[in-house]
Amino acid sequence: MKILSAWLRAYLPTLAVTDRQLADDLTLRGIAVEGVFDLAAKDGGAGNGSLFEMDITTNRVDAMNHYGIAREAAAIYNIPLASLDTALPKGKPIRPAYPVSIEAPDLCGRFTARVLRNVHIAPSTADVAERFAMLEQKQISNAVDATNFVTLAMGHPTHAFDLDKVEGGLVLRRARKGERLKLLDGTERTLVPDDLVVADERKALALAGVMGGWDTMITPQTKNILVEAAWFDPATVRRSSRRHGLHTDASHRFERGADFAAPPVASALVCRLILAAGGEIEGELVDVIVPAQVARTVDRATIQLAIGEVARILGRTVDGQAIDAGTIERYLTALGCRMAKTGDGTYSVHLPSWRLDLEREIDLIEEIARLHGYNRFANTLPSFAGSVVELPTAAKEHRIRYKLLGGGYTEAISSTFCSVTEAVTFTPLPDNVVPLGNPLSEEAGCLRPSLVPGMLAMLAHNLNHSVDNVRLFEMGTVFLGSTDRVHEHPALAMGATGTVSGNVHGTARPYSFYDMKGAVEELLSAFAARSVYFDAFPADAGLMPKWLHPGRAARVVADGSTIGYFGQLAPQEAVQRKFKQDVFVGELDLERLFRQELSGIVTQPISRFPAVVRDFSFIFRDTVRWEQIAASLQSLGIAEMRRMEPLEIFRDARGKTVPQGSYSLLVRTVFQSQERTLRDEEIQNWSDQVIAQLTALGGILRG
Amino acid sequence: MTQKEIPQLAAHDEVTLDRAFQELLHTAQQEAGRIASAEDMEQFRLHWLGRKQGRLKSVSDAWLKTAPADAKKAIGQRFNQLKERIDQVLEAGAMVSSNVQPGDAIDITLPGIRPGIGAEHPLIKTLHEVVGIFQRMGYSVGVGPEVETDYYNFESLNFPPNHPARDTQDTLIVAHQEHKPLRDRLLMRTHTSPVQIRTMERQPPPVRIVIPGKVHRNDAADATHSPIFHQVEGLCVDENITFSDLKGTLDHAMKELFGSSVKTRFFPSFFPFTEPSADVQISCIFCGGKGCRKCKHSGWIELLGCGMVNPAVFGFVSEKQPAYNPRKISGFAFGMGIDRIAMMKYGISDIGLLYSGDMRFLEQFA
Repeated sequence: MKILSAWLRAYLPTLAVTDRQLADDLTLRGIAVEGVFDLAAKDGGAGNGSLFEMDITTNRVDAMNHYGIAREAAAIYNIPLASLDTALPKGKPIRPAYPVSIEAPDLCGRFTARVLRNVHIAPSTADVAERFAMLEQKQISNAVDATNFVTLAMGHPTHAFDLDKVEGGLVLRRARKGERLKLLDGTERTLVPDDLVVADERKALALAGVMGGWDTMITPQTKNILVEAAWFDPATVRRSSRRHGLHTDASHRFERGADFAAPPVASALVCRLILAAGGEIEGELVDVIVPAQVARTVDRATIQLAIGEVARILGRTVDGQAIDAGTIERYLTALGCRMAKTGDGTYSVHLPSWRLDLEREIDLIEEIARLHGYNRFANTLPSFAGSVVELPTAAKEHRIRYKLLGGGYTEAISSTFCSVTEAVTFTPLPDNVVPLGNPLSEEAGCLRPSLVPGMLAMLAHNLNHSVDNVRLFEMGTVFLGSTDRVHEHPALAMGATGTVSGNVHGTARPYSFYDMKGAVEELLSAFAARSVYFDAFPADAGLMPKWLHPGRAARVVADGSTIGYFGQLAPQEAVQRKFKQDVFVGELDLERLFRQELSGIVTQPISRFPAVVRDFSFIFRDTVRWEQIAASLQSLGIAEMRRMEPLEIFRDARGKTVPQGSYSLLVRTVFQSQERTLRDEEIQNWSDQVIAQLTALGGILRG
Repeated sequence: MTQKEIPQLAAHDEVTLDRAFQELLHTAQQEAGRIASAEDMEQFRLHWLGRKQGRLKSVSDAWLKTAPADAKKAIGQRFNQLKERIDQVLEAGAMVSSNVQPGDAIDITLPGIRPGIGAEHPLIKTLHEVVGIFQRMGYSVGVGPEVETDYYNFESLNFPPNHPARDTQDTLIVAHQEHKPLRDRLLMRTHTSPVQIRTMERQPPPVRIVIPGKVHRNDAADATHSPIFHQVEGLCVDENITFSDLKGTLDHAMKELFGSSVKTRFFPSFFPFTEPSADVQISCIFCGGKGCRKCKHSGWIELLGCGMVNPAVFGFVSEKQPAYNPRKISGFAFGMGIDRIAMMKYGISDIGLLYSGDMRFLEQFA
């Protein structure tokens, strides 16, 4: 909305501050001036003041005009506000008065009509024309401009009818079902009974509070005018405006609650402007009021305002004091409230008819804070004696993040949504996918049941931009359930592709399944699970997710609970995404993992005695897995065997050094005692046991 | 030199002992000075420390073992000093001898091998920073679901039934909700404020809680808008919590976040769940308030929404927790967009980068 500072000053004869200062002071009190444009500079002249570009919050319909903003300024600066000149010549007596009836008293609370005869339709006066030009408001004719001018001046919308096109008196009624009305914008609308119309005896003339009708509009030939100034039910105007897609200056104000007391004032101001070019008033102002609506507006119940509440809510001002009663009274009176002290530190506050937004004591306290200026309140800190609690999962989440960042994985955040196709592919429970009612796009049609589709999208994004070395993880919420009940739980996804440790000092190797397994092992080592194992199932068992490679993926289980799955992406998914290099991906269920406590650390003493290393080289059939070998050596129960690990695996495709279908394995064992130096015979005895165990597994000791 | 060259001690008094050991030390130093090669060094070691023929062994045999009991301590002390000195010579020599044959020089200007740690996400980093500030001010951390009911997201926060935010044009909703009463309908929470209500329903005052979280709106994506974004919300409720407490708290928090020279200013705004409501601006962190392109030459940057908890909100909460009586307690709430703060702090011009998983972008935060 645009406002002229000169117009404001016309209502504020003693205003002494500059336009810039005025704009700043209004803004800091919630009447936001977004821009100040110097009008004098534009046309070379002087004395035009400034144009303010305003951003008035929707609850302050009373300030969407010059007089309303001037009222704010008067309250801020404690200066007088000029009253509006509504004096009119006496009307030519006539009997009976112009007939107006309100047949829909729930939709129309007040309707005033004034008849002007022998008017002269002409361009507006220079005074009006000049202000319209500065506000970039379109000029039409003195009569139409008058209604627009008054809206700009004091905010109440009015309408002028060509009286000679009206048949009989005016009726405020619901539209008939299917009734048609051609509006000022030239469109013909089909109305419904929820629309309020201004009608004559035969037909609808205007869509009340929204737009006037075509047939009764002012034309250069118009001789007699009926000026309407009314108060319509906000909800009714809002619904009509929405229904017909018509957002007008009038509907904007009526639907936010216009001033019930304003119609006679607005009517007088409009008539003064039209009569300036000639014509006379016929009869008195016809003013029909629905008593029930008076109680809702001008005669609302008073609000009790306790002076102590103001300090309790607002605290101290910069001078260390609470706001005193005198200041409270001054601010609220300037806004139009009538204050009556009811003893015991309480005011009974009668509210101004133009402030339907004020309903409760807190609304008045807000007005006091606003007019005083928020920045004139002190900055204080509250005292506190409660306890401070951290989220139970915070330490676990931190530990996971710390391990993954340290392991070279970068954190990412992806979309909360995925396509229904993806959702079904990546959840074991495709019936539990939750669709959105108004998705942003088909690709975001439902809540993600898994972080994997998002992770694959991010991997694809990087590969498509020639970033072929990627390590990412995401911790986020996944959603399963139904449209009636959604279960959210935290999950972790990891995604990786490319090579490891390639640089000028050494050659790179491809990222492998074992890199991701190592990362998962590292994560699980942070938790106190007693047993952690990895397993895989035959591809046809249906127990591994289909999106994982049937032979290069694993499930991880901690204390009997499946924590997640990871491995190489299934070939069909890779082909579909046009991945040209191996991609690894995994997802852990953090709700399950977080049931585990973090592992406590208890240090072990470091042995003072030497460790003895013994390596064993065996040839095994491919069917013998490391898990069996490790278990068989552990079953020896040698307490002094401090370490046992596979050191090297070798296969010979041509079967020369190692037969086909077999592999050579170098196992390293380390023996050490806490109490003494180990004897050669002991070591020999243990070595023999190791050899016997490995031989029993079908291993052949190499020479 | 053999054991024969170790003279017998004439007496066991301090002076005699000192002189005898000084002489040995002098000899050792002279010999050490003549060492020129690794062989010399080995000779020196054998002469002094050899197990069978070494001079220290001889000294020990000739002087220490035969000494009367009351002189053993004095001789032992001097013996240890001598041994220490010889060890020093040998250690120093070890360093010298390795310098004698250095390996090939390497090009130390080649790049080092970096272990390649991962990068923190700028949003997570900023969330933690902001949450940490309030934790140090006595706030506990709270979280809530991302799928909310209309009741917690709107109704209990005093949004009227016809509020535009409740429209599907602004809010993403779960499908098939039409048959339910409005308050039970499921939607993607549009702010972290529902957690305020959930927290108050769970515990009576006092409450000090800071709520980080992901939120969603039905917004088309562009450089500054994303349908997904992050907020940090705060709530403080107790007896005698005032608007000036709200001001002081946020002024302190902004100084912690952006530096102590940052100023704040508050001006009226409107949110259904607070009254009075305020928008908070900070003095521009780029130009210090002089005016620049980043602050649109105003010197100020808008960063927060806040206000005193609307008594109507306490009204909803007190259905479950009667202690939230708006005549006895008061409180303030605030919320800020973490994406915007992160974008400002790190000079990010496209919000979409935060949700892209693009390594070229994210690695800059390593």
